[in-house]
Amino acid sequence: MTLEVNNLTVAIDDRVVVNDVSFSVGTGERLGIIGESGSGKSVASLAILGLTPRNATATGSVKLDGEELLGLGDRRLAAIRGREVGIVFQEPRTALNPIRTIGRQLVEPLLVHGLITRRAAHETAIELARTVRIPEPEHAVNLYPHQLSGGQRQRVGIAIALACNPGLLIADEPTTALDVTIQAEIIALFDALVDERGSSLIFITHDLAVLSNVTTRAIVMANGEVIERASVVDLLRDPKHEITAGLVAASVATSWTPSA
Amino acid sequence: MTDSRRIAPVWLSALVRSPGGIIGIATLTLLIASALVSLFWTPYDPSRADAYLSFAAPSAEHLFGTDNSGRDILSRLLTGAQTTLVVALGSAAIAGLVGVAFAVLGSLTPRWVRESTTVLIDVFIAFPTVLLAMMLASVFGGSILVVIVAVGTSFGIIMGRIARSELRRVAGSDYVLAARASGVGPWGVLLRHLLPNVAPVFIVQLSLAAAIATLAEAALSYLGYGAPPGTSSWGRMLSELQPYITVEPLAVLWPGAVITLTVLGFNLLGDALRDATDPRLKRSRTKKSGALS
Amino acid sequence: MVRFVLTRLVLLVLGLGIASILIFLTLRVLPGDVAQVIAGTDSSPERVAAIRDALGLNQPLPIQYLDWIGSALRLDLGNSLITGTPVIDELVEKSEVTIPLGLVSLVLGILIGLPLGIFAAVRHAKASGAIVSGIAQTVAAVPIVWAGLLLILVFGITLGILPAQGFPRAGWDEPGRAFLSLVLPALTIAGIEGAVLLRFVRSAVLEAIGQDYVRTAAAKGLTQNQALLRHGLPNVALSVISVLGIQVAGVVVGTVVIEQLFNLPGVGRMLVTDVGNRDLPKIQSELLVLTGLVLFVGFVVDLVHRLIDPRQREQTHD
Repeated sequence: MTLEVNNLTVAIDDRVVVNDVSFSVGTGERLGIIGESGSGKSVASLAILGLTPRNATATGSVKLDGEELLGLGDRRLAAIRGREVGIVFQEPRTALNPIRTIGRQLVEPLLVHGLITRRAAHETAIELARTVRIPEPEHAVNLYPHQLSGGQRQRVGIAIALACNPGLLIADEPTTALDVTIQAEIIALFDALVDERGSSLIFITHDLAVLSNVTTRAIVMANGEVIERASVVDLLRDPKHEITAGLVAASVATSWTPSA
Repeated sequence: MTDSRRIAPVWLSALVRSPGGIIGIATLTLLIASALVSLFWTPYDPSRADAYLSFAAPSAEHLFGTDNSGRDILSRLLTGAQTTLVVALGSAAIAGLVGVAFAVLGSLTPRWVRESTTVLIDVFIAFPTVLLAMMLASVFGGSILVVIVAVGTSFGIIMGRIARSELRRVAGSDYVLAARASGVGPWGVLLRHLLPNVAPVFIVQLSLAAAIATLAEAALSYLGYGAPPGTSSWGRMLSELQPYITVEPLAVLWPGAVITLTVLGFNLLGDALRDATDPRLKRSRTKKSGALS
Repeated sequence: MVRFVLTRLVLLVLGLGIASILIFLTLRVLPGDVAQVIAGTDSSPERVAAIRDALGLNQPLPIQYLDWIGSALRLDLGNSLITGTPVIDELVEKSEVTIPLGLVSLVLGILIGLPLGIFAAVRHAKASGAIVSGIAQTVAAVPIVWAGLLLILVFGITLGILPAQGFPRAGWDEPGRAFLSLVLPALTIAGIEGAVLLRFVRSAVLEAIGQDYVRTAAAKGLTQNQALLRHGLPNVALSVISVLGIQVAGVVVGTVVIEQLFNLPGVGRMLVTDVGNRDLPKIQSELLVLTGLVLFVGFVVDLVHRLIDPRQREQTHD
């Protein structure tokens, strides 16, 4: 699955939050998008799937395997969401419906896209829980989100995103809201799952150290624009822009050692 | 990260810029102006009856016409504003006091006090305002004071419940802990840190209190428990004009329209205040709509 | 779960107890010498004494209270001071008017407020949504008396198609006329309560639209509207249920005013008359019944809320 973004511009209520951004990801490739809060990195990825708030307008070109996504109706986009492109969100606490069981939420993408029958739902849910290594999956699928820990909830989020085996996975700061001790596990899980399936990956974060464990290429965004494009190693060793340098400094300050 | 000192000017300027806020402030100003002016002057003596002028149509002499006894409606509306203002402000004041009391009792006290407060709150809330007013009226007779006490107490308790959860939330925040750690006593913390941060919620509720008070006064005066027959009150006007609805429907229009506009004004003001003081709606960065980052 | 129901039940009884004490204290203790109040300032001492006897005021307060409560539990709500007839008889009779009125108003109000509130939220950025919201805000600001008067003016007098006042003396034996007499009153209450509900539903749905889990649902492959419907609205339903409790209180109050306005022989108007007559024992029992009703509704709402919200099922109260 290839994604080509060209001159993407997103405005929210006349304020430009993403300005003329371009990048591409080939089949099985991985790209990191790094930037501070407010740099527009999340909005850019949401715009790809038409998930931006209702008062947002997007122009430019977003081509998924050659098909132009911008301007497509919500029905067509919905058919692509979950099936061809999966997305993991940042905040596990609020990303799940509080009044539905984990099991039901896990299988929902499969049911929506008609990939399994209702009868197979329960078993499939347990399987999905197992792939993301949730302890006691047979029991877990009957639990509600508030009964799981943050790390477990995020595993659920990952399982949901990968349920239909999408060709492209977008991860929007998946570990930022988690404890540092859990981040490593989640990253490793991520890495393994994406590797297994050969999906393309866009990994969004503000932490270069985290990124270095997941992707080799990255683009740096600030104020809605792409300011630098390089391999993660180069960004760490020789940042050309002062904002990038700031990001490097911030990530080195954490106890992580980049393993580039 | 709340900058408690900046909160005053920020919300005020936001308030003045929103259309709802402008209408709300304008209505409030009109109400206060009418009440104050009518203390000293009205086009006619509102109680001057003139049988020959009964139900005169609106004209240059009587801008809103006259009522069944020939009294000038505009003058009666202006003096009626006094009652409305007194009720609105009085109820809001009592509601504020009761609200703070219950909020504090329900959050910053030992557990048994908190639990008892919860039970009390639930019981009081079950007492609809109008029933409470009627109960007081059957003992003390109808009066504006009865309305103020009834509305103030009922609404104050509702406010107390809302403020209680707000207070609990704020009481757990870091800067409060820091203040306690640096030796500030509990009263100091309460007055200087907790209450100012609950203030925005309160102020919004107070304007709603004023709105509800106005409606309650209208209903209660209509029933006869509010303003006694001598005083002017928009609610009373409605009850007096009701029998003549077939004779002169237009007359009944005015007091009702004025009440509606006043309540609308208070509501708009409250909404605008809520938007202006809601930190999540600040223009800069919002996580809520997932708009940025 | 059982423990929760029991706790709530205990709180309900406790609440009723406190409410009854409050009513009792206000009506028996505050006025000073109640008998004097009822008799009036210039009545003979014999009359006052007679009233004291009739009310049992010579007994110690707690005994009076227990007497009252004890009788109430046996459905003996005392007798009217003026007519001597048992309160409960009149209460039942007047309920024939008030209960249908209240129920119809409540249901109509929900039918108006709920769908229109959702509409106003989904279309909040468009003109149609803004107009609905604006109308609701204005209607919610209208005093209920005036709304009733306007409806009477339009439908009762100008168009003449609905009765502007009164209730057939034969009551429900003339079901057609009886029903028609309640149409305008119910519409008045429902209109205003519906507008209030609409505003609340609108803001609750707006909040649901912005929720992360609705976005997650869309990311799974649902359209935005499907995501809102299947994931957002059920969560909204929870808060709407809580508001229903407040709606009931509003309807109770509405009936008092509306029955007076439309001259309907219901419980509300009876209460107003009794307050005017200073018929304290009667008022006491009536208030007890009405408050008990509202408390009970609150109890049911709590129960339903807890049943639906899985987050609260294992936790203990509050």
